[in-house]
Amino acid sequence: MSAPTAVLFDVPGPRARARNTLAGVATLAVVAALLAVIVWRLGATGQLDARVWEWITYENVQLALLDGLVNTLWAFASGAVLALLLGAVLALGRLSDHRALRSLASGIVELFRAVPLVVLMFLFYYGLPSAGVTVSTYAAVVLGLMLYNGAVLAEVFRAGVLAVPRGQSEAAYALGMRKSGVMRFVLLPQAVRSMMPAIISQLVVLLKDSALGFLITYPELLFQAQFLGSNATLGSPLIPVALVVAVIYIALCLLLSALATWIEQRSRRNPAVIAVAAAGRPDDA
Amino acid sequence: MDVLLGNLGEFLTRFGGTLGLFVVSAIASLILGVVLAAMRVSPVPAMRATGTAYVTLLRNTPLTLVLFFFALGFTKIFFYLPFFLLAVIGLSLYTAAFVCEVVRGGISTVPEGQAEAARALGLGFTQILGLVVLPQAVRSVMPPLTSVQIALLKNTTVAAGFSVFEAGGFYRAVNERGGSTLVALLWVALGFIVLVIPLTVLQRRLEKRWSVAR
Repeated sequence: MSAPTAVLFDVPGPRARARNTLAGVATLAVVAALLAVIVWRLGATGQLDARVWEWITYENVQLALLDGLVNTLWAFASGAVLALLLGAVLALGRLSDHRALRSLASGIVELFRAVPLVVLMFLFYYGLPSAGVTVSTYAAVVLGLMLYNGAVLAEVFRAGVLAVPRGQSEAAYALGMRKSGVMRFVLLPQAVRSMMPAIISQLVVLLKDSALGFLITYPELLFQAQFLGSNATLGSPLIPVALVVAVIYIALCLLLSALATWIEQRSRRNPAVIAVAAAGRPDDA
Repeated sequence: MDVLLGNLGEFLTRFGGTLGLFVVSAIASLILGVVLAAMRVSPVPAMRATGTAYVTLLRNTPLTLVLFFFALGFTKIFFYLPFFLLAVIGLSLYTAAFVCEVVRGGISTVPEGQAEAARALGLGFTQILGLVVLPQAVRSVMPPLTSVQIALLKNTTVAAGFSVFEAGGFYRAVNERGGSTLVALLWVALGFIVLVIPLTVLQRRLEKRWSVAR
């Protein structure tokens, strides 16, 4: 427990210990009861029968799920690369010395942060056909991910560049470098290093948002789950498939989050990396 | 333009649905989030573990998956609930995890001396939290909390994919009546911009006025 929160309660005496133990037991009892109810209901509605789990043994099903996983990762990778590029470009625009460029970039960032990602994807997939432009589900998902996360990453990059101590850029200018040189050689490398945890956190958000492709029928994991789950010949195993898919998603996101935490801990011990005030994940969710 | 005017009633009632989802989920997630934060800093190890497990689980699950379970799975396993309630439960449970993290961060910005003085006065855990720490934590909690609620407002559109009556489904209604889905979706986007940008401005202003040096 962190130091500030450790002072919220005194070292427990005998009465407090008894009370805390009671509270602990009560909490565990409530959690156990909840889990028991869920398992009971799953069993009662036949979700734990072997019949609804035999889909796991079929190779076709395994391949279909693998296909969904690959599509998810494809959308994630393309979206991530494009979002990073767009974010860098927009951040440079927002940091520009020219007012017109600054306002344009700021406007674009605000615009794409205000529109929900779902509406963006719907726009590309359901809206554009009215104008005669057909877009594949993959393109719609990746475009939506790129625009939204690019705008958020622009803010992250900008915060990183602004957090670099002023002496760095002053020294670079004193050496005769011009703005682009200062950015390329001095500011951006340090900014990216210090904002790494925040960038990876945003990539976790990107991974989670790739599941939104399900809503426009992009064949990613969740879509496969619903497809398989409504298949009557397999016994309509909606809940089992969804559970397995949930485990896969959570494992992927946990891996990425663990990477972010590891990088943050490593950089905290490294004196060369500027500590930027706790870049939590306020904007995600 | 006539896409909007011709379907104005539908447009407004759908945004009403969005706002209804948002308000109910926001309140529920705030209450649950504060309770979770209290659990995570409590002296009872079981409560701390439960809170941490809950938050870690839900912060690493896509919202689509959570709503998938509630919209499609809940009725099969438990009992019938209208889609609106199911969406509210899903959104609240999801957002509560983020609210918990924000409140926990806020609690850690309150100077230690406050909690120590409260302890010296003999106040118990709930009293310290309720009377001393949380009221002061509100200052540093408000800006990121506003961000989380803005994200919730945008997340209500995910419920559109599960046939909940809100703004994201407006294009379907327009499509049925033969209008242009592109224009319809652009109007929906504009509607969200109109809702979100004032909230964002409010959040920036709160951040400037109330920012606490950590």
